[in-house]
Amino acid sequence: MVAVPDPKSIPSNAPEHCPGTESEQAGKSDACAGCDNKEICASGATKLPDPSLPFIKERMASVKRKILVLSGKGGVGKSTFTAQLGWAFAADEDTQTGIMDVDICGPSIPTIFGIANEQVHSSSSGWSPVYVQDNMAVMSVGFMLPTSRDAVMWRGPKKNGLISQFLKDVDWGDLDYLLIDTPPGTSDEHLSIVQYLKESGIDGAVLITTPQEVALQDVRREIDFCRKVGIRILGLVENMSGFVCPKCKNESQIFKPSTGGGKNLAKETNIEFLGAVPLDPRIGMSADYGVSFLDEYPDSPATTAYLDIIDKIKNILGD
Amino acid sequence: MALQETAVTRRLQNVKHIILVLAGKGGVGKSSVSTQLALNLAASSPNVKVGILDVDLTGPSIPRMFGIDDQGVHQSSDGWVPVYADGPSARVACMSVGFLLKNKGDSVVWRGPKKNGMIRQFLSDVRWGELDYLVIDTPPGTSDEHLSLMEHMAGVHSRLSAVIVTTPQAVALMDAMKCLSFTRAVNLPVLGLIENMSGYACPCCGEVSNVFSTGGGSEMARKEGLRFLGTLPVDTELVSVLDGGVGEDGGGVFRLLERYEKTATGKLFKDIVKGVVESLG
Repeated sequence: MVAVPDPKSIPSNAPEHCPGTESEQAGKSDACAGCDNKEICASGATKLPDPSLPFIKERMASVKRKILVLSGKGGVGKSTFTAQLGWAFAADEDTQTGIMDVDICGPSIPTIFGIANEQVHSSSSGWSPVYVQDNMAVMSVGFMLPTSRDAVMWRGPKKNGLISQFLKDVDWGDLDYLLIDTPPGTSDEHLSIVQYLKESGIDGAVLITTPQEVALQDVRREIDFCRKVGIRILGLVENMSGFVCPKCKNESQIFKPSTGGGKNLAKETNIEFLGAVPLDPRIGMSADYGVSFLDEYPDSPATTAYLDIIDKIKNILGD
Repeated sequence: MALQETAVTRRLQNVKHIILVLAGKGGVGKSSVSTQLALNLAASSPNVKVGILDVDLTGPSIPRMFGIDDQGVHQSSDGWVPVYADGPSARVACMSVGFLLKNKGDSVVWRGPKKNGMIRQFLSDVRWGELDYLVIDTPPGTSDEHLSLMEHMAGVHSRLSAVIVTTPQAVALMDAMKCLSFTRAVNLPVLGLIENMSGYACPCCGEVSNVFSTGGGSEMARKEGLRFLGTLPVDTELVSVLDGGVGEDGGGVFRLLERYEKTATGKLFKDIVKGVVESLG
C-alpha cells in the first residue's frame, strides 16, 4: 500500500508525485529521479526539522494568539474582516495587535488600513512593520513594491520564502494577537503558514463565506483542509448577507442562499456559526478610503454584527 | 525559428482562439464572466464550438455554474473526454478539477508543481477536438497557474488573448492593474476590460445602489488605453441561474442557456461579446 504523503511535508519545488520528504520513500521513489532534492532526501537530513523553524518559534514566542482568516473563495471579505477584527482589538489601547498579509499576489491590507504608500524599514532587530496606530502593526508585500501597479509574478517557493521571512525577520515585538490574512484557495501560502507555525501553534481559524452555493463549495474545501492539517476552526462568518435598500429600506438577498447559506453549512459540518454581516456599501467605501468602518459608522447594523462576532471569537478563545 | 511541436500544440491545433479570463482579485466574477462568455459565444451561431477550461484548481466554480457538478470525466483511448454542458449537441465542452474529485467538499491541497502538472494534462490530455473558442477561467493572482499556462501554451502564443474583469472598488482595480502589468510582461494581448458588479437595482423599488462603487473600470480602461467592453450590474437573477444547478435537461434542451438569456445581464452581455469578437479581429 502506498502511504498518503503528509501535505505539510512536501517541499515547494518537489516533483508532481513527491512521496513527502519525511516519508520512508523520500529520495528513493520513482518520482524522486531528477528532483533537485533527491540526494538530501536520501541522506535522511530532511527527516530533521526545517532550520528556519527555531527562529520562527523564537520570534513567535512573544505572540500570544495567532489567528488565521481563511475562505477558499476570493472576494468574500477576508481582508475586510481581518481589518475590522484588527480595529476592534486595537480599540483597547493595552492590546497589541499585528496584521500579517500573506496574500502575496493581491495584497489589499495596506489599502484597507490607509497605509498603501508606507514602506518597510530594516533595523538590527529585523524588518520594522508599518504602524497604523501605536498598538497595531502591519506587514504586507504591498509595502515592498516599487509601485502598486507592479505584478508579483512569483511561483510557490518564492512566496513561501517571503512568508517565512514575515514570521522570523519582522520585529513584531510583544503581541496579544497576530491576525493572518490569507489569499483564496488551499495552496502554497496556506500549507506554508501551517508548516512554519507548527511548533508555535495556531490558535484557530475564522472562515468567511458569502451565502451562495458557489462560495459555500469553496468553504467546504477549506474546512476539509483545516481538518486535514489540524487547524482548529473558531467558526464561520457569513458576509454580504442581505442588502438594505437606502431608499425603501427593504432587505433583499443579492447572493441568494440557495442551499441554506452559511448557517446551514455550519450546522452540516458541525462548526460554530459566528454570525451574518449584511452588505453595507459603506463597508467597501471605508476599505477603499482606508478608514475603520466600525468607528465611522457605529450605528450601522453591520457594525453591530461585526462586534457581536468579535465578542464571540474572544469568548471562544477564552480572552 | 520553427516552434517545436509539443503534446499541447498537437492537442490545441484545431482551436482557433484561446481567451484567458483574468482579474487579479478573487470574487469579482471571473467564473461568471467565463461562463457567460462561453454561453454567448455558443449562442452566436449554431455551428460554433466552445471549450471552457477551469484552471482554478483549489476553488473550481465552473462545474456548479454550468449545473454539471455531479458529473465526472471519462477516459477514452484518445484522452480525457470533457463534460458537455449542453448534452448531446456537444458544443460546450467543460473541463475542471471539480469533475475529478470524489465529493465536492474535498479540498485540493496542492503546491505549485502539482498544479503545474495538472494544467499541462488539461492542455495536452483532454480531447478538445475542433473549437472556435477555448475560454480559460483562472484563479486570482499572478502566480503558478498563470505562469504555467503561459509556459505550456508558448507554442500557440499567437492564438492567445485575455479579458480582464474588475469591480469598481479601489482594492479590485489595484489588483486588475497588477494583472494588466502581468499581461504586458508576458506579452499577452488584452481584448478589453469588463466592469462587473457595478450597481444593484433594488428588486422592491428599483433604486440603483452602487454597492461596490461605480465607474472605476471605464476610468482604468481609458487611462491604460484598453478597450472598455462594458459594465455589468449585480444581478440577483443571474446569481440564481448560475448558482442554481440548472444545466441540460437530458433531452437535449440546454435549460441553462434558455434561462440565462432571459436575465437582464444576458441581454447586456451580448454587446460585451460583440466587443470581444471585434477585438479578436
